[in-house]
Amino acid sequence: MVRFLFEPGLFSNDTVRTALLLGALVSIVSGVVGVFTVLRGQSFAGHALTDVATAGGAGASLAALSPLVGFIGGGVIGAGAMDAIGVQRVKDRDVATGVVLGAATGLSALFLYLITLQTTTTGSTQSILFGSVFTVAPSTVPDVLVLSAVVLAGVTLIRRPLLMSSISPELAAARGVRLRVVGLIFMVMLAAAVGLSAIVIGSILSTALLIGPPASALRVASRLSHALVLACALGVAATWLGVVFAYDSYYWLGSGRGLPVSFFVVADVAAEFVVVSLVAWRRRQRTTALPESLTVPEQVGWV
Amino acid sequence: MFSSFMTNAWLSGTIIALLAGSVGFFVVLRGSAFAAHAIPNGAFAGAAGANLIGVNPLVGLVVFALGAAFGISALSRRTRSDVATALALVMMLALGAAFLATSNAYEPAVNALLFGEILGVSSSELLPVALLAVVCVLGLSTLYRPLLLSSISPELAVAKGVNVRVIDVAFLVVVALSSALAVPVVGALLTFSLMVGPPAAARIVTSRPLRALALSVVFSVITLWAAVASSYWTNLPIGFFVGTMSAGVYLVARGWSLAQSRRPRGALA
Repeated sequence: MVRFLFEPGLFSNDTVRTALLLGALVSIVSGVVGVFTVLRGQSFAGHALTDVATAGGAGASLAALSPLVGFIGGGVIGAGAMDAIGVQRVKDRDVATGVVLGAATGLSALFLYLITLQTTTTGSTQSILFGSVFTVAPSTVPDVLVLSAVVLAGVTLIRRPLLMSSISPELAAARGVRLRVVGLIFMVMLAAAVGLSAIVIGSILSTALLIGPPASALRVASRLSHALVLACALGVAATWLGVVFAYDSYYWLGSGRGLPVSFFVVADVAAEFVVVSLVAWRRRQRTTALPESLTVPEQVGWV
Repeated sequence: MFSSFMTNAWLSGTIIALLAGSVGFFVVLRGSAFAAHAIPNGAFAGAAGANLIGVNPLVGLVVFALGAAFGISALSRRTRSDVATALALVMMLALGAAFLATSNAYEPAVNALLFGEILGVSSSELLPVALLAVVCVLGLSTLYRPLLLSSISPELAVAKGVNVRVIDVAFLVVVALSSALAVPVVGALLTFSLMVGPPAAARIVTSRPLRALALSVVFSVITLWAAVASSYWTNLPIGFFVGTMSAGVYLVARGWSLAQSRRPRGALA
């Protein structure tokens, strides 16, 4: 069984070790930022910003800039554009996100086309869009560490007004929280976090880790700190299992070809969501529950 | 520009723009842009899967787009709908990535599905596209009144005896079918921009529903024609023009409405 799970050479492989380290780091940042993203109902923006960041990354690679600059810069510009179009009302937010996302994908189409004209290497589109944690250059590790620390520190600094404005904007406004400012700071943090994870693990996994583990955690957590810790733990577990499975799949398939990491990580995230939902359902069965329409979101008690 | 090899491009492009304009009107009205983004991406995974087992890509597109639509509505009962959409989206994309990794997909073919290849539409593909488009338009016109009502005021719709949940699923099915049509032509990533930019612009220009619907169709057809023409002249990918022009239409409408509101009241009369 152990042999089956950990195929020979797993832990002595440098690529795997970098993947495990970076994957864990990105899962933690995504987990923390993701809890607030889910609470605020900004999953669409969180996903759209990965695509916007990807467009930035493609543009940077075309202009021979560092991809990290492109990913983060693209994401931050996109977040600013969404805020400028208007994200105050929920339905406007939807359109603002959509318009920015549409324009950014258009630019991606252009950049990726120009890249294929410039180079003869194939696979660039797929590696930019789908990413792979196995292809991260070890030299980017220090930059990723610093940026992760900046995002985590930023969210920690604004956590009180952020939580309050996420759960009850009216209450927050009454207490003197400047909603627009907090919202914009959060969008920039979100852009940095997803830019970071998009470059390390690709845009699919960026969204998966941003939304999946936090959504699971919020189903069962009874306080903010629990939700944060659980989201990070579920994210790290999904990433590590995914990396191990992807490494092993080279042996399982026996054709010298494995399945992508993103496939396994997403499968783990989905499995976690199902298990946590079952736990939440069992719990609700035991307490006499009010109809869902009558209950106040549990999180109101967190403020 | 109107030579014979472009005929199919103009025809299929126009059909898709007509459809995207009308479906998009409801997408914007209901605030379901995320679903309209997720469903074509799910459809992309279907095309990759169809390629793997060697069936017609249109079948894969329809099956996966429908799967995404039903997946989103099933998950939405358990959790908030944006989270449900995100989860359905990443699962579809991950499957697509797995399909691509196990097949020897030729990169330009993948790019065509992601970013569109309007010149690749053959005459034999045109008929099923047209038929499915007719089905979608019929579906939308049957749904028109309850859909409009439930989009604007779900409470009122429930009070009038509309089954909001059924309408919701039916609408997602229409989005799924139109996405499956549009993906091979304008690409998975840009089908969505046509469904959001022009309709959102139309909504800014007028608040009357039928007029907004008509304008939305007009804007999206103009956007697509301009994109096809620009792509033809510059040799750049059509997706670039569809994406940026859709956003451009929206920004122009915003600018126009700003100018209108700045104009002194007396001048209007």
